[in-house]
Amino acid sequence: MKFTLKIWRQENAKAQGRFETYQLDNISADCSFLEMLDILNEKLVNDNISLPVDTITFDHDCREGICGMCSLYINGRPHGPEQGTTVCQLHMRRFNDGDTITIEPWRAKAFPVIKDLMVDRNAFDKIIQAGGFVSVSTGGVPDANAIPVRKEDADLAMDAAACIGCGACVAACKNASAMLFVSAKVSQFALLPQGKIEAKERVQAMVAKMDELGFGNCTNTYACEAECPKNISVENIARMNREFFFSKLTLAKRESNGGGVG
Amino acid sequence: MTQLNSKIPQGPLAEKWTSYKTHQKLVNPANKRKLDIIVVGTGLAGAAAAASFGEMGFNVKVLCISDSPRRAHSIAAQGGINAAKNYPNDGDSVYRLFYDTIKGGDYRAREANVYRLAEVANSIIDQCVAQGVPFAREYSGYLDNRSFGGAQVSRTFYARGQTGQQLLLGAYSALSKEIGRGHVELFHRREMLDVVIIDGRARGVIARNLVTGELERYAAHAVVLATGGYGNVYFLSTNAMNSNGSAAWRAHRKGAMFANPAFVQIHPTCIPVHGDYQSKLTLMSESLRNDGRIWVPKKKEDAEKIRKGQLKPTQLGEEDRDYYLERRYPAFGNLVPRDVASRAAKERCDAGFGVGTTGLAVYLDFADAIKRLGKHVIEARYGNLFQMYEKIVDDNPYEMPMMIYPAVHYTMGGLWVDYELQTTIPGLFAAGEANFSDHGANRLGASALMQGLADGYFVLPYTIQNYLGDQISVARFKTTAPEFDEAEKNIRGQIDRLMGINGKRSVDSFHRQLGHIMWDMVGMGRNAEGLKKAVTAIQELRKEFWKDVKVTGKKDNVNNELEKALRLMDFLELGELMARDALHREESCGGHFREEHQTQDGEAKRNDDDFKYVGVWEYKGENQEPTMHVEPLNYEFIEVKTRNYKE
Ligand SMILES: Cc1cc2nc3c(=O)[nH]c(=O)nc-3n(C[C@H](O)[C@H](O)[C@H](O)COP(=O)(O)OP(=O)(O)OC[C@H]3O[C@@H](n4cnc5c(N)ncnc54)[C@H](O)[C@@H]3O)c2cc1C
Ligand code: FES
Repeated sequence: MKFTLKIWRQENAKAQGRFETYQLDNISADCSFLEMLDILNEKLVNDNISLPVDTITFDHDCREGICGMCSLYINGRPHGPEQGTTVCQLHMRRFNDGDTITIEPWRAKAFPVIKDLMVDRNAFDKIIQAGGFVSVSTGGVPDANAIPVRKEDADLAMDAAACIGCGACVAACKNASAMLFVSAKVSQFALLPQGKIEAKERVQAMVAKMDELGFGNCTNTYACEAECPKNISVENIARMNREFFFSKLTLAKRESNGGGVG
Repeated sequence: MTQLNSKIPQGPLAEKWTSYKTHQKLVNPANKRKLDIIVVGTGLAGAAAAASFGEMGFNVKVLCISDSPRRAHSIAAQGGINAAKNYPNDGDSVYRLFYDTIKGGDYRAREANVYRLAEVANSIIDQCVAQGVPFAREYSGYLDNRSFGGAQVSRTFYARGQTGQQLLLGAYSALSKEIGRGHVELFHRREMLDVVIIDGRARGVIARNLVTGELERYAAHAVVLATGGYGNVYFLSTNAMNSNGSAAWRAHRKGAMFANPAFVQIHPTCIPVHGDYQSKLTLMSESLRNDGRIWVPKKKEDAEKIRKGQLKPTQLGEEDRDYYLERRYPAFGNLVPRDVASRAAKERCDAGFGVGTTGLAVYLDFADAIKRLGKHVIEARYGNLFQMYEKIVDDNPYEMPMMIYPAVHYTMGGLWVDYELQTTIPGLFAAGEANFSDHGANRLGASALMQGLADGYFVLPYTIQNYLGDQISVARFKTTAPEFDEAEKNIRGQIDRLMGINGKRSVDSFHRQLGHIMWDMVGMGRNAEGLKKAVTAIQELRKEFWKDVKVTGKKDNVNNELEKALRLMDFLELGELMARDALHREESCGGHFREEHQTQDGEAKRNDDDFKYVGVWEYKGENQEPTMHVEPLNYEFIEVKTRNYKE
């Protein structure tokens, strides 16, 4: 197969970026999208034997659709044309011979470009650090079967926990909102007895952090769900909104009773 | 010469760990704050250790190679994690888990370590549930179990086909909690490139900032390497692209001994190689062998027709199929350990019965299971794996049997550690896949996650205190010490040298070539002639690399080519050591199969009289022959037997 690639090149965070055009021929339909970029990079090295060249930088690690590292915006869609698929699991057979493919990094204020197609997603870590956990230390916990959990709840928690933290939801959203990511974590814990105890404080802390880091508001267009490679449901957003308002009420009540959140 | 002292506590097997904990040194809370620990790597072992150290009150610095700890290679583990909870009431116990693991490892692991692993495994499950890990549950609300190879009980806990993801996210959340509280400082996009040794003890590391290219210095009272395995020496493996052996190798060059480098696990159920542009191989979890049956055609003519596309597997009747694992190993059937299953697949393919266009594939068939349980049950159990298969191969595994072939998956070898997980460099610890400790010559399924979390949550938090107990009066180290200057200068020299070669060949072209040498000669079947050839071929390739590699880009910017070149220069040395270790070990055991040492029906022939030991290698300098030391394995509590999965 033959492709024309228009790829975003940007030397570093401060530099001006631009599109560069590359031609690739003889690509197998069974080749993955990232392998196609590997081939291009190797060609760049080999074709410019004596010129100073720089290969195209993009994030990736597992290449199995689970680490959430890969993050390419292809022809105007995060992770490209295939529903429910990360770009590392996308194969060239999903394109037509002769296609022109435009490849860009995630675009969001909270995810600045580091180089070429690589962006900084530390903001997600910071949201988790603000409350995306159960405050339990190692040791001193009860037997795993001491607290039964309804299978339905465990399954729903697992659905939410399947989020890979890639940031496609933010890249897909016109407001660059992180609601799907945050709500998935809030939901996972809110659905389980182990997480319920801190649910109120958690949702408040994580939402506050999200706002502080410059993510936009959710205006319910659901582009996030449509582009999520793991099909994380917007029902999580609804659940988080409920948790958020309910917790606001009860925490305010607790505060006025002189309890304080601590 | 360094003495190998494994520091195994005295006393009966079942009491060793308790007795260790009772007598070890502790550090009081006020003193913990004065002590710094560096943890390199944020997989299960690293994240769990760092979180636990932070909770205990130590000052922790974590170096993470990716943009977030949640990306670490552990995230990709699919099938599950073992523990001896005996929830299904099928006769499991700590002893049985210990026994299966030792036997699965073909009696090349240390008894005391493996017993401790089995002993703490149950606490791991408790801990993860408390963290909110959504393990699979029954309708009753209690936890569900499945079976893995090498066991006759159901002791594997799982979270759909994403167990590693959920366990790592659990450890990541615990780590994030400690970062949020300020007990742990996280440095992301950093790759450790050297260990700094002051007065014979590990006191820091040099790391490259992968964004700015700067070389940075980190000092501490102790250093933990939790940097994973070195399977990527083969170029193609199931490991993540960033996984590499450099941290361990660079520690080795500084004096940490390397144990059993030749012990590599080749996993039987991976998607076969399909093109030379391929960058990695994809695992199809061992859990699939719970319900899938492995077979090849009984007649060579049929296999040939299938390879040419003239016949479909579904057109072959039962009588024309050879379910070779069920035939050869009736007691364990499709659930024999990985080394056995891999070799059996290779044997059938080499004999001309392989399928797929290359003939290097066998079938993993779910037709019976779908008939018996219904498609929805199979979908609920393995849906994401089936989907992954379909995306890669473009074939529907609900209708056509999967095609699979063995691939490099896991490295049992690694940095030599004593019972405390301390390497031969005092103050340098190694955890998880990076050490050699628990799996002998073959690892059983669902036990790497168990070991990573055992090391991180329940072993290191104790043993590191025993080391730090007498360090409380040692003041914080300054990174201006001459030892840091020296180490940094050395790394800077390597980088300049690599970037200055300006040769004609890409880094990957060398890596691919090394991979071919390793797979052909240090792979599933090994012999003296091939191994000797491998040693020379790798030495020559190394020379070629240093003459003709081309590293593009800048050193003070993001530079993947430089990152790969730095890792490859280490793989080019490690690969040679693996071949040497394989050559010296004149026996077949676990994943190490020497063609000269097999029984008449092709089973591995172990040699306990001469090789019941850990081969421990000492680095002697660049292009110098390494020296091998021996840690004898004394089995006090179990009887060493020939592994038998037939009856
Ligand atoms: C596809 C797949 C499926 C698996 N399924 C299972 C399963 O079902 N059950 C099971 O028990 N085991 C399974 N395993 C094995 C298991 O996942 C690993 O052995 C285990 O997760 C290793 O954990 P770790 O913490 O030791 O290392 P890792 O998770 O590998 O973490 C080490 C991290 O350190 C980083 N690193 C390396 N060098 C440096 C450096 N110099 N500086 C900074 N960082 C560095 C690496 O990139 C990596 O992210 C599977 C493995 C694979 C590949
Ligand atoms: S590289 Fe891991 S999800 Fe794509």
